[in-house]
Amino acid sequence: MANPTSQPHFARRWLQLLFTALKHELRQRLRQPSQLLHPIGFAVLVALLFGFAVGPQPDKLALVAPAALFIALLLANFLSMELLFASDFEDGTLDALTASGRELVPLLYGKALAFWLAQGLSLLLALPLLMILLKLPAALAPTLIFTFVMVSLGLSFLGLIGSALTVRLRAGAMLLMLLILPQAVPLLIFSLGAINAAQLGENNAAPLLYLSAITLALFVLAPLAAKGVLSQEISD
Amino acid sequence: MAFSTPTPIPILGAHELVGARAGFALFEPVSFDLHAGQLLWLEGDNGVGKTTLLRGLLGLSPLKFTRLSFQGQPLPAARAHMQRLSRWLSHQSTLKSSLSVAQNWQFWAALYNAGPIDAAELASSLGLDGLEAQPVASLSAGQKKRAQLALLRFGNPALWLLDEPFANLDQSGIKLVEQLICRHLDHGGAALSTSHGVLGTGSALASRASALKLRPANLVQMDELADG
Repeated sequence: MANPTSQPHFARRWLQLLFTALKHELRQRLRQPSQLLHPIGFAVLVALLFGFAVGPQPDKLALVAPAALFIALLLANFLSMELLFASDFEDGTLDALTASGRELVPLLYGKALAFWLAQGLSLLLALPLLMILLKLPAALAPTLIFTFVMVSLGLSFLGLIGSALTVRLRAGAMLLMLLILPQAVPLLIFSLGAINAAQLGENNAAPLLYLSAITLALFVLAPLAAKGVLSQEISD
Repeated sequence: MAFSTPTPIPILGAHELVGARAGFALFEPVSFDLHAGQLLWLEGDNGVGKTTLLRGLLGLSPLKFTRLSFQGQPLPAARAHMQRLSRWLSHQSTLKSSLSVAQNWQFWAALYNAGPIDAAELASSLGLDGLEAQPVASLSAGQKKRAQLALLRFGNPALWLLDEPFANLDQSGIKLVEQLICRHLDHGGAALSTSHGVLGTGSALASRASALKLRPANLVQMDELADG
């Protein structure tokens, strides 16, 4: 930034910061495998509860199955999203990073992408079991995988903003939920639009494109917003 | 002998510096020039604003001044430049307890562009022989402090801002910090440090250090002071 003429150098430095943060975050997340497995168990349980609640009629279950599966995955992904900056704030890492004079945005990208890769994508392991439990046809799998990949990516970046806003709050986890869940509604609507269309054998390109567009917008804008919020929160 | 090659431009030049908390000035304005090879002890009672002054210099809390320059460049324009060439030893560890000491070092070394590090050698130089592969959670408070000291040296910084560098350390740890500061000063660096009580009496640092006492200010709202 100091020297705008050296664009390639800037881009290389930016990517280097991103991968440094990504590696550091992934290492921390993979150190606690139980944190990755618990949400999978949670999603399976929610799907099972739906099955019991709807009852034994197969046609009734077929009606609500996609919604049940998606909400199970969404909530599981959501519950696993503890405050992304909680430990960084407590151990002084966030202050030190802000005071390092380095670009904050690539570090935030690394953080959100690490959460997505570890917590979000590990939930895909639950998908086969959930589809069996809810009697969903295997032909629906590609649509389900694509929509969930998009939604978990979008949620990771929404979580970045929410975590930045709640960084100073001790009981921020619940507030984070209340802040973020309403923002996730468009992601949910277009995902289920695409899944329902696929279930009926219709063309679902439009909802998939809308879903991708929202996720892309979050991908581009959320780190900038989070950086703005953090610099306000830190300089007390 | 302390200032063998005095530079005309101080690493940190401050004129009428005031730190603030909740909109009120904390201490009476201080002015100082910190040249290469010099160490400045910040003294003062609890709550007078020593940590706030260090945080303010790093851009983490509001600071008012009539003039503040880093290597001759005026702040706040040179803020990012100053941040890149400064290292901060805070009272928080900045280490992730679930990761090993070496993994923590690798992250900060990469962030500060320090290139690859030899964790085993670094560990033994800090009195942490054989502990580099241990998770930080298993270290004592003093050992964590020693591990944290490594971050000060990554990337050849010009200015060290040390917040209670001797906290939690045993006698050999205190010696180690003094040695590290000495080496930093020898290499043309400067340091600003907070401290409580007596220190460095008869140590190698005593001859190159000067002290700056912060005195609590009367209640002055920050808005009435010159803009920084």
